Amino acid sequence: MDLSFTETQGMLRETLARFLADTYDIESRKKMLTRPEGRDPGIWKAIATELGLTCAPFAEEHGGMGGGAIENMIMMEEFGKVIAIEPWLQTVVIGGGALKHAGGALAEATIPAIISGDCVIAFAYAEPQGRYNLADIGTTAKADGAGYVLNGHKGVVYAAPWATHLLVTARTGGGRRDRAGVELFLIEANRPGITRRDYPTVDGFMASEVYFENVAIPGEALLTGGIDLIERVVDEATVAVCAEASGIARTMVNSTVEYTKQRKQFGQPIGKFQVLQHRMSDMFVEAEQVSSMALMGTLKLDEAPEARKAAVSMAKAKVGKSLKFVGQNAIQTHGGIGITMELAIGHYFKRGTMIEGQFGSIDHHLDRFEALTYPA
Amino acid sequence: MHIDFSPEDLAFRDEVRTFIAENYPAELRGKQDEGDELSKEDFLSWHRVLHKKGWVAPAWPVEYGGTGWTPTQRFIFSEETARADCIRLMPFGLSMVGPVIYTFGTPEQKAKFLPRILSGEDWWCQGYSEPGAGSDLASLRTKAERDGDHYVVNGQKTWTTMAQHADWGFFLVRTNPDVKQQEGISFLLIDMKSPGIEVRPIITLGGEHEVNEVFLDNVRVPIENRVYEEDKGWTCAKFLLAHERTGIAGVAGSKRGIEKIKEIATTEMDGERALLANPFFRRKVAELEMDLTALEYTELRTLAGEAAGKGPGPESSVLKIKGSEIQQRITELALEAAGHYGAPYFRGFGEGDNEHPIGPDWAHRTAPSYFNVRKTTIYGGSNEVQRGIIAKMVLGL
Repeated sequence: MDLSFTETQGMLRETLARFLADTYDIESRKKMLTRPEGRDPGIWKAIATELGLTCAPFAEEHGGMGGGAIENMIMMEEFGKVIAIEPWLQTVVIGGGALKHAGGALAEATIPAIISGDCVIAFAYAEPQGRYNLADIGTTAKADGAGYVLNGHKGVVYAAPWATHLLVTARTGGGRRDRAGVELFLIEANRPGITRRDYPTVDGFMASEVYFENVAIPGEALLTGGIDLIERVVDEATVAVCAEASGIARTMVNSTVEYTKQRKQFGQPIGKFQVLQHRMSDMFVEAEQVSSMALMGTLKLDEAPEARKAAVSMAKAKVGKSLKFVGQNAIQTHGGIGITMELAIGHYFKRGTMIEGQFGSIDHHLDRFEALTYPA
Repeated sequence: MHIDFSPEDLAFRDEVRTFIAENYPAELRGKQDEGDELSKEDFLSWHRVLHKKGWVAPAWPVEYGGTGWTPTQRFIFSEETARADCIRLMPFGLSMVGPVIYTFGTPEQKAKFLPRILSGEDWWCQGYSEPGAGSDLASLRTKAERDGDHYVVNGQKTWTTMAQHADWGFFLVRTNPDVKQQEGISFLLIDMKSPGIEVRPIITLGGEHEVNEVFLDNVRVPIENRVYEEDKGWTCAKFLLAHERTGIAGVAGSKRGIEKIKEIATTEMDGERALLANPFFRRKVAELEMDLTALEYTELRTLAGEAAGKGPGPESSVLKIKGSEIQQRITELALEAAGHYGAPYFRGFGEGDNEHPIGPDWAHRTAPSYFNVRKTTIYGGSNEVQRGIIAKMVLGL
């Protein structure tokens, strides 16, 4: 057992933190959101090429540094601290993770393009009827010669407007909620037959409804592993947003404390009031629990599937609860200014709130934890 | 970074497991299974076994009798002792005054007291709280006045746990009333057999005699029994409070507590199904497990920070708050699981009644435990005090 970071991991964190501090103050972020593409693509390119950080979680044989989940945790935590609108989760954690696990020619061809910043991936898995069931899929991939033909509708695909590639779940066989017959495909985002309806999300990203109409894809687009691979990748993504939540919760606590030192009412800084001090202490305690669960989930990702799922669900449920507590109390403590667009705190609250539901609500994950842990 | 145990760690785990299986006192195990109240001898029986093995004070520096274990080994040891449902050793000597003495004491004090703490020869109690000084500990009024090479101590302490068994007590006393409260306090070691000491029981809600009032009437204490400088006792007190709080998370014990609840709720029925299959009860157990896991990793992070040379700082207040709340929720669920049979009061059966207790074996302890464990959010600096510490020391408010 060893819970210390290596020197290299510490340097990765430092490098990203310093870069984000320079590029991602809240006013710059607000400006990015007003651009037509809803972000500054130069930042992603800089993270990949100038800072060379995208190679961190990949194996050396793919041109990476040999890292993995810990490196993703560090990066996501730092992105959370500035509520960055960068596609690390979708491209590196999810797309890169799926490719790493599936291996093969597609991984060899694509991972270097992720590392160079040229390949941006969006994860098209959710469907309007499916809620959090990864196997509740109506999108079909029908075998057609050596390839497949895709038909269906994927909802709220974060980062799709920016993506060069889509990672798509689709059914090659079986009934609506069957685990068997669900497969994962990586395809170019501009294939004929793909249409998108793009929109901003409440937490500052861009997303799309993505429609597939007789989209012909090659057989090599299939990443072998089926639903087991999809669940593994989604668990890794779930833990990654827990790490992002850790950065968000920490920053919300700090901002709230700073605000109450400045804001005067009744002739004194409101931070002098014990009722607010105790509330902020509780926020601090809950933020610590978020960090602890992000770490726990990350360290359990390589366990056998049942143990991994139970641990990830426990982490996400707790993160959801604690993050809600921190966010709601941060807003309440700020008072009226907290519910405006003006201060940063509201923007953190919005991203935090979306994380609560991302890859499964608190109830969803408690259900899954119980089903795996307690006898029926 | 990883959470796997090395082959050496696994071998150590097996060694601890085997040692407990072969050496845990059988009589003590029997009393625990029956839910009997434990005597001084019961507590000491396990203490002596561990002392003989050299394992009684894992956290102490090796030069004073510690084990020299790695943090991982200490973690394994506490996991294994909880898993085997071993009783917790009395903390007053081992976790409280011992570290104060080896940190602040004179060579003579170390030589005199530390070996007897390790062996269990001296039973210690803690003279801190007073009727008028609870959360506001620094307002204490028990005074010690110099008389030649002695202090003469007068005053009253309260909530003194296990003082009825104690050979020695460590006391905070006021040696200077004319300065800021924290700056006029001294830390004294007092022989509990000294003339002028009277210990009176306080019976708590579960019917237990755990705590006492201690009256001090012209008690003479040699000056060499003062630890650290005169009027600087608050330094020792703060050090001790931080020390007390790291252990106070009680993770391993709470893990065992949740296991017990799951065992109970698997056999207890709720209509056609086991209680654990009731979705509402099960959800409460699941959330408890979840919160305990978060606490466990918070403690591991704190320990990792300590190993890297940080703390234990005010962050240990986080462990105290969460740990105590979880301990209370465990007893709450156990009482809920007992249903009707939470009500029978074991003491109502009279002395020498060896009949099988009414209801399931475990049920008669649930209500007394629930009542008793209300103490955890109050003692060791109430959770409100802990929130104040976080606000001041961590958040800078």
